[in-house]
Amino acid sequence: MNISQSSSLGRDAWVRLRANRMAMVSLSLLVAISFVSLFGPLLSSYSYDQQNLDHIFKSPDSTHLFGTDNLGRDLFARTTYGGRISLAVGLLATLVSLIIGVTYGMLSGYAGGRIDSWMMRFVDVLYSLPFIIFVILLMVIFGRNFLLLFLAIGAVEWLTMARITRAQTLHLKNAEFIEAARALGYSHARILFRHLLPNLIGPIIIYSTLTVPAVMLLEAVLSFLGLGVQAPMSSWGSLIKEGAEKMDAAPWLLFFPGSFFCLTLFALNFLGDGLRDALDPKSSKD
Amino acid sequence: MVYGMLLTPNHQRTDHMGQLTIKNLEVSFHSREGTIHAVDGIDLCINPGEVVGLVGESGSGKSVTCNSILQLLPSPPAQFGKGKIEWSGKDLLQQTDDRMKSIRGKEISMIFQDPMSCLNPYLPVLDQVAEPLLIHGMCSPAEAKSKAMQMLVKVGVDRVTENPDSYPHEFSGGMRQRAMIAMALITEPSLLLADEPTTALDVTVQAKVLNILRELCSNLAVSVLFVSHDLGLVAELADRVVVMYRGKVVEQNETSAIFQNPQHPYVKALIACRPTLENTQDRLPTVEDFINPQPENQGESPVETEFSNSLKSGKVLTEAKSLVVEFTTNKGAVRAVDEVNLRINQGKTHGLVGESGSGKTTLGRALLNLVRKQSGEVLFHGNPISSYDDKKMMSFRKSMQIIFQDPYASLNPRLTIEQTLIEPMVVHQIGSSKKERRARVVALLEEVGLGSEHLVRYPHEFSGGQRQRICVARALTTEPEFIVCDECVSAMDVSVQAQVLNLLKALQVSRGLTYLFISHDLGVVKFMSDEISVMQKGQLIESGPANDIYNSPQTKYTQKLIQSIPTANRSKLFSF
Repeated sequence: MNISQSSSLGRDAWVRLRANRMAMVSLSLLVAISFVSLFGPLLSSYSYDQQNLDHIFKSPDSTHLFGTDNLGRDLFARTTYGGRISLAVGLLATLVSLIIGVTYGMLSGYAGGRIDSWMMRFVDVLYSLPFIIFVILLMVIFGRNFLLLFLAIGAVEWLTMARITRAQTLHLKNAEFIEAARALGYSHARILFRHLLPNLIGPIIIYSTLTVPAVMLLEAVLSFLGLGVQAPMSSWGSLIKEGAEKMDAAPWLLFFPGSFFCLTLFALNFLGDGLRDALDPKSSKD
Repeated sequence: MVYGMLLTPNHQRTDHMGQLTIKNLEVSFHSREGTIHAVDGIDLCINPGEVVGLVGESGSGKSVTCNSILQLLPSPPAQFGKGKIEWSGKDLLQQTDDRMKSIRGKEISMIFQDPMSCLNPYLPVLDQVAEPLLIHGMCSPAEAKSKAMQMLVKVGVDRVTENPDSYPHEFSGGMRQRAMIAMALITEPSLLLADEPTTALDVTVQAKVLNILRELCSNLAVSVLFVSHDLGLVAELADRVVVMYRGKVVEQNETSAIFQNPQHPYVKALIACRPTLENTQDRLPTVEDFINPQPENQGESPVETEFSNSLKSGKVLTEAKSLVVEFTTNKGAVRAVDEVNLRINQGKTHGLVGESGSGKTTLGRALLNLVRKQSGEVLFHGNPISSYDDKKMMSFRKSMQIIFQDPYASLNPRLTIEQTLIEPMVVHQIGSSKKERRARVVALLEEVGLGSEHLVRYPHEFSGGQRQRICVARALTTEPEFIVCDECVSAMDVSVQAQVLNLLKALQVSRGLTYLFISHDLGVVKFMSDEISVMQKGQLIESGPANDIYNSPQTKYTQKLIQSIPTANRSKLFSF
């Protein structure tokens, strides 16, 4: 029953999303980038860590599509391999922060009063923790672990999301349609997830599309500090950092990873806008 | 024209000074969905010192007309056709923005509808009232402040003399609207545009604000364009009334002539469809009846069934016993409902009247156990529901429903009408299959005057009146016995209001419903109710059969309420 209802909202949204050309171009681009990241390393005849000191700093040609770096490693293999890590970190950490932040913020705002105060003070305390030290502590305790990286970043990024969601919930929970839901005897869970959540989607999506690039950059910072991805493994963030250092001698080292990074972010932003509009019945023209 | 002005500028000017003439004004809005002709060739003129009422329902183009005089419409999307708006001999549509700035607030001022959002919350009221003088460079800052102070005292906002630094939030809605009037009149403009200036106010406050407006304007010899959807209200103030309908002027005449001898069917309908204290008909005439007259007994002529008669047994359905509801604020506990005793009989409508802040909404919520009581109890069919928790309440929830004031806020914008209407049935396990529930929803929609084609639409695709019908349908999904109507027609135009009131009455007869009808409008309450209670400051100060309350009000407060209703005084109007 419920499934068929929500799928009809989903179907409407999909129809509207398809009508949005920018969003569809972005979606195809994201799919293409993910595809290249997943299968690119397999297609390439070089591996991401294979050094060839005879071919250092080679500009792009037919054998090395994106050129090579200072150790003669193939940039195409490194960029696509880095894409796996960057996309995984970016999307998963955002997803983690989304789930924790939205649930926490919604519950806090909906409960209100003293519970709300205490929950938000807890968020304030977490805000005040220096993030890098927090991550270092985690690494020291649990050892360097890829999953931990997602968790650590997600665990920090959810704070802002919780605040935004809480503010929106406070604003909406006194709306008459919520009160009508209470008068009809709906359970709190139903009110929260069926009546409040869909109406929070606009700000949530916008903030999410801002979180993804922030998380990817954070990953680069962590890698730089030796806490994230370590050479010879690569990520877009670390490739961009290396490329920026050697920009004069080998601009392609910055150009290719940078283009992938930018394109992904652009596509995410447009797709986010499109999704927000698609999920809002008011934006439909008919 | 220009040539003539050049030759005899002084003569021309004095001739037209303070005269507004709108000639064949056309305003249209262009959007992707097409072009809307909001104002479709209207003629209007306001002579110096005259008060003209502009009446029409929402969407009739009256506010657009008002805003285009001061060139306040965003353009695009607004586009002006051929017409002219002549003010003191100049065509306002041809003025540059700089020229308009010197006219706005100096020669022509405006008062807006919502006093809550029209004042800047971060500036003291006194400074805001003085600001127009400073902007137009009419006097020094110190002088402006003392003038503003005088003006505020004139409109009855005495508080500024004690504390010149009062901010808007320290004032009530009525006080803010007075401050707005002071702000509009401080530059001594020749024309005041008042766009629904009292619609957001209580009747008693509205009466005071109207008095002030009337006095000041006649003292200062300001001409006024008074825009309102309420013909009765306009009649209180205006020398002449202009009625707009769908972008066109359908009738204009002296105020008394319009009331005594309306020509256009729409105007006749407007006069007839507002419930008054005098009439006691069962069904209000609607605009439809006048525009497309149909043979008698069309539409809903509800049949009294045995079922509905059996419910009118005079049994008490809902009862409040010394009920107290308190809210804790920063300043301490506030008693919203104070020792209230109330009995609502089955199958009857109990009206609840009072100003905003009198606690009537809280009382309505408390009767549904939506707010926690402090002491006392609420009985429903003799069950002490006010002490029940959510789980125990569940089986009672479907028997009691509520319809809210704002049909725009009371429907979840993300759900289709079908989802909104089916959900209560899912929660309360009414109907067994999706098909059965759907059939019930379609039947309900038809009962409230909508059709199955509306099922897949979202709330924003409906007009206010239609949305309120959907809210009514939602309230009916669980087959309730008791419905609280909380100001459920207050936000509507009189013509739409009449339709919804008729619907509620018809449903009451066919389903034997019991209503608690909350409103600040005594005329509407009188039309709906069998019994009326009057609430003031959290207490029920008077209670009794509707006719008794109206014919022989016992308390001063009730008398004041009745006197404040604009239409109640219409007989006065006819007498001169």
